[in-house]
Amino acid sequence: MKKNKIKLAKSEVVLYTVNNVVLFLFAFVVAFPLLNMIASSFSSGEAVAAGRVSIWPVDFTFEGYEAVFKNEDIVTGYLNTIFYTVAGTAFNIFITLLAAYPLSRKNLPGKGWIMFLFTFTMMFHGGMVPTYIQIRDLGLIDTRWAMILPAGLSVYNMIITRTNFMSNIPDELLEAAKIDGASDIKFFLTMVIPLSKAIIAVITLYYAVAHWNAFFNAFIYLNDRKLFPLQLIMREILIENSMSQDMTLDTELMIHKQNVADMIKYSLIMVASVPLWCIYPFIQKYFVQGVMIGSIKG
Amino acid sequence: MSLKKVAADPSAVDLKKIERKRLGKRILSNWQLYAMLVLPVAYIIIFNYVPMLGAQIAFKRYNATGGIWGSPWVGLANFKRFFSYYNFGLILKNTIVLSVYHLYASFPLSVIFALALNLVRNKFYKRTVQTITYLTHFISTVVLVGMMMQFFNTRIGMFPKIVQFFGGEVHDLFGDPKAFSHLYVWSDVWKNMGWGSIIYLSALSAVDPELHEAAIIDGASRFKRILYIDIPTILPTIVVMLILNMGKIMSIGFEKVYMMQNDLNIRASEIISTYTYKVGLGSDFGVSDFSYGAAISLFNSVINITLLCTVNAVSRRVTETSLW
Repeated sequence: MKKNKIKLAKSEVVLYTVNNVVLFLFAFVVAFPLLNMIASSFSSGEAVAAGRVSIWPVDFTFEGYEAVFKNEDIVTGYLNTIFYTVAGTAFNIFITLLAAYPLSRKNLPGKGWIMFLFTFTMMFHGGMVPTYIQIRDLGLIDTRWAMILPAGLSVYNMIITRTNFMSNIPDELLEAAKIDGASDIKFFLTMVIPLSKAIIAVITLYYAVAHWNAFFNAFIYLNDRKLFPLQLIMREILIENSMSQDMTLDTELMIHKQNVADMIKYSLIMVASVPLWCIYPFIQKYFVQGVMIGSIKG
Repeated sequence: MSLKKVAADPSAVDLKKIERKRLGKRILSNWQLYAMLVLPVAYIIIFNYVPMLGAQIAFKRYNATGGIWGSPWVGLANFKRFFSYYNFGLILKNTIVLSVYHLYASFPLSVIFALALNLVRNKFYKRTVQTITYLTHFISTVVLVGMMMQFFNTRIGMFPKIVQFFGGEVHDLFGDPKAFSHLYVWSDVWKNMGWGSIIYLSALSAVDPELHEAAIIDGASRFKRILYIDIPTILPTIVVMLILNMGKIMSIGFEKVYMMQNDLNIRASEIISTYTYKVGLGSDFGVSDFSYGAAISLFNSVINITLLCTVNAVSRRVTETSLW
């Protein structure tokens, strides 16, 4: 190592230093709004409104968070989102594995055609309106199914899983199992799934994040507020600014309420994003693996 | 393949028969695999292919009693209506401006970012930068737009305060049509640049270290080695990603643009997908018109698939890299 350092020419030192500084600046630009958000969520509404918060909380308080958890819409939305994420992901994994394993098998007659049936949907789709009509005709509007079924399969994730099966399950294993009299389904359940824990973890996380952040399906298929996921509730509060507030004549109280309404936005963003950020450091490795598997054409 | 070769042989007929028998047997012996496929295939037919058939309403005048199959045909009337819509040019222009701007801002940056990360010698530093820049990928669109509205809010936002600090003039960026594309593109770069670089980083990890060693012995500087070793190695990946992105140029996402839209910036923010939603489902213009909405979607889809095929064909000719 030391030898290497001595070898570095001056121009190289400049290159490495400049590179590190530029990357630091970039990471700072990315991190700053996040840190500002975290700090603001713990600061008093007055301090936030006066712009005294940068990346450290001012007048530390939990007032914003209390307001978030007192809001019935938010709590219902949160519970709904948890339900959609768990149920939806379970359904996703079920369908994805069922499709991925047979399509990973060599010599399955008609495999190419079936594969094309799936990949074609990545390039062409019926469009927003015909899809809506189909969902409506199936009677899924304003049901919890509308949050689970239409997002039931990501062909991209299916291909990642299939590619992984093809490279990770040796042919010899299948042959040995066949000789022992195992059927395809038995082999799939007792050998393939236990051997593919890593890839199943990856796609579970992909699907779960997608469900957690999903907006579009809820937006067009749900009208019943009791079924709204958190993202829809958040849109009302963050983007449309429609927080139901009791009117009052007391101006000081009004200003305070306005400040709380501003603060609740920061706390709400935190409450919605923290679950993902908390598990993120542990799963980063898997996510990155997923991208890399996906980059190998299957 | 081998079958074709023996086709000239007189015994070929028999062979074919045997092969067909074998095929039947192979299908039978694999029945469990087909059984597994039943559910996913049924799913994809119900949720993807039936809507594709439903896209025929683009050529009909949809009414509730006739439904998709029973409504009367009207030929290209819905398409003509879209092409003669007085804002057609504007909507098309907005869609193309947003996506092309997005492509040429974010695409090279992801590659450069990967090359820069690859240059970092301190592993801990590298991992820290990676963790921070990947984190933003997991923020939902609602949260991103919400954060932007807070950040650029003229009353409480951080950005106007920074502008004021440097003596600039504060104005509402969200209400400014000129600022719309910049807000859209650069917030996306902020969110996705780190994540987008992963694929190039993994391609860079495949660079043979011996190449670098040989180049060092020949006296190549690190910068030269980036130009002549790193970049050529990841070039196929870059081309594939470019094809994919070019193919997506007209399919710019609905959610973010729709959420960032308001009455003040609408002249820059109305794009094909938001307009489709409004006329097709949103009933913003009176009664929602399924057929008109479907026609616009179909027009968009056809452009997309044509673009993808064209770019792919050109790339196959020129660089010998292609998707299929």
